[in-house]
Amino acid sequence: MTDFTLWDIVRNLLLAGRWTVVLSLIAFIGGAAVGLMLTLLRMGGLKPIRWSIRLYVDLFQGTPLLMQLFLAYFGAAALGFDVSAWTAASVALTLFTSAFLCDIWRGCVEAVPSGQWQASRVLGLDYLQSMRHVILPQALRLAVPPTVGFSVQVIKGTALASVIGFVELTKAGTMLNNAAFAPFTIFALVALGYFILCYPLSRYARHLEKKLYGAGIR
Amino acid sequence: MTLDFSTLLPYTEQILHGLMTTIWLTAVTTMAGIALAIVVAYLRDAAVNGRPSPISRLLGGYVEVIRNTPFIVQLFFLFFGLPALGIPISATVAALLAMILNLGAYTAEILRAGIDSTQRGQHEAARALGLSRLQSFRHVVLVPAFSRVYPSLISQCIIVMLGSAVVSQISVFDLTYAANFIQSRSFRGFEVYLVVTLIYLLLAVGLRLAFEFAGRRLFAFRQGGSA
Repeated sequence: MTDFTLWDIVRNLLLAGRWTVVLSLIAFIGGAAVGLMLTLLRMGGLKPIRWSIRLYVDLFQGTPLLMQLFLAYFGAAALGFDVSAWTAASVALTLFTSAFLCDIWRGCVEAVPSGQWQASRVLGLDYLQSMRHVILPQALRLAVPPTVGFSVQVIKGTALASVIGFVELTKAGTMLNNAAFAPFTIFALVALGYFILCYPLSRYARHLEKKLYGAGIR
Repeated sequence: MTLDFSTLLPYTEQILHGLMTTIWLTAVTTMAGIALAIVVAYLRDAAVNGRPSPISRLLGGYVEVIRNTPFIVQLFFLFFGLPALGIPISATVAALLAMILNLGAYTAEILRAGIDSTQRGQHEAARALGLSRLQSFRHVVLVPAFSRVYPSLISQCIIVMLGSAVVSQISVFDLTYAANFIQSRSFRGFEVYLVVTLIYLLLAVGLRLAFEFAGRRLFAFRQGGSA
């Protein structure tokens, strides 16, 4: 067994931590794009579309993320594609994020008082104009704090990609532990890594929330 | 692609075994986690000369650490870390401990929001009427706080149930472990995970219905008039 200094452990965790950050960004940006599309579709009139998006959201919110990762990994294989852990993790986390963001943003659009709709229609704006100039700017302001708050869930969610063999912070921790056997130190450092990534976002989300409610909105 | 679900039939026993484990883990965690959260919420309220006491700061730290790190890391930390410190711990105990500590932190924070929204005057009035701090907390603050945050509480318990899938990674024979087990024997990964995912979905729906039913019973006295 080779000897690992504390610095060896920290260095390896930092290197792997990059992939946690990259995967989080992929999931968040991809999830935001898909989520935005779904939110807009859901606000439109067509009932079958609204229902299928609701089903989509419920499916992702009602099943474990770990299962979603397994399904992405093995589902592609069953379809005859040989996907890497990278692809499977990116796809699963993007879909997971999109479902939650779609639900958060729908709530924000619905939180804009319906009088705003009526007023803008009375003023002669059509559906798209009301949406663009009256509803969305207000919904956007409401959406920022919970969206920032949810990004913490995405970062924590990437830890599960370790289970399908994606080498990020958590996987690096288990691999290092197999070699160095210092579980207490290693997993405390891994936890610290996530805490450093997540805590500022949590604080910022809470700060934004206070500012929003403090300003007397709603 | 051909899907073949019949290969799963011989493994019904494993699936049922895993399902029972997931259910009892969730049941124990829900009860113990909520109890822990009540204690944490009560102690976090404590202050020394108008400033948070050392205990409430410490508990605040616990809540923040749990909320800002992944459950799987908390689980590994306990399962691998405690034995290294000379405290032997079985996979099941580690899983339960991690789940309870996790739910406790989130629920304490949810409860705090409910407690904060209870008017300070209510608490003061109860104290003026001669109730002790504990009595006033229990009868005047806690129950209304619970009924107010009940929907978030339901969601959090469901999140913990779904999150428990991760305990399969330390070889607790839960529903996900059963899925992995069957996958490794039958090589029908997609079918297995699809079926097990649907079982989780049914569990989530069932849990929500059960909680809503219990909520109507528990908070029935609050339906008429009180705000």
